[in-house]
Amino acid sequence: MMMKAATMRVTRRQALGLGAGATAVVIAGQTVGPAIAKGQTAKDAIKAFTGGAEAKSGKVSLSTPEIAENGNTVPVSFDVESPMTAADHVQSVLVVTDGNPRPGVATFHFSEMSGQASASTRIRLAKTQNVIAVAKMSDGSFFMDKRLVKVTIGGCGG
Amino acid sequence: MAKVKPRVKVPKKAEAGEVITIKTLINHKMESGFRKDKKTGELIPQKIINKFTAEFNGKPVFSADVRPAVSANPYFQFKVKVSESGTFKFIWVDDDGSTYSSEKKIKVGG
Repeated sequence: MMMKAATMRVTRRQALGLGAGATAVVIAGQTVGPAIAKGQTAKDAIKAFTGGAEAKSGKVSLSTPEIAENGNTVPVSFDVESPMTAADHVQSVLVVTDGNPRPGVATFHFSEMSGQASASTRIRLAKTQNVIAVAKMSDGSFFMDKRLVKVTIGGCGG
Repeated sequence: MAKVKPRVKVPKKAEAGEVITIKTLINHKMESGFRKDKKTGELIPQKIINKFTAEFNGKPVFSADVRPAVSANPYFQFKVKVSESGTFKFIWVDDDGSTYSSEKKIKVGG
């Protein structure tokens, strides 16, 4: 009996140790921060960016072509309505897609010296899907805009 | 790979307090990690520009964390409000750890 109890205690301790180890791994994973992991969806990526806060529509205007013949390079630009002063400015803008193998496209960081929170770039789209831009304001609120892009020839893999 | 050469367009002159537009382009394949080698059928490992930063007189003004979904030869256009003359520095960081940079001067006012 005694022996059995002892072994049980050890195994339980081991189990607890394992549990603690696993938690540590999870925490370490979180400290890596907004890096978008594999298997994440656009929703997860937005949630990681906003910290669960709801992104209201408005303020952000995203512009994309309605139809992209070549998914390898689709021009995307956005402009966020903001005075861009030290007290009230756009901190960053996350751009994600909901139909690519991985949702993340890019995160843009602005400063008071930006003058205007707008940027444009060219992105890859694997198929017809939504492009979503979420802006983080200096007061902690979030705004978003969404555009559907029809893609004729996909631009991922090969 | 062909030599990586950044190309940047910054106006030479501006009024104090003017919001200027900067255009940047760098030639880079932006290997997404999803493409397969046609001969072997194996995935080609990811190799992209993962970070772009613009500094003005040593202070960061704009940056972007970049993922594989950004097209080959990544292009970024953005705005900066300038209040004094100075130098812009643009830095691109590759997955392999190498960095590419470019500098441009701007004269403000006068």
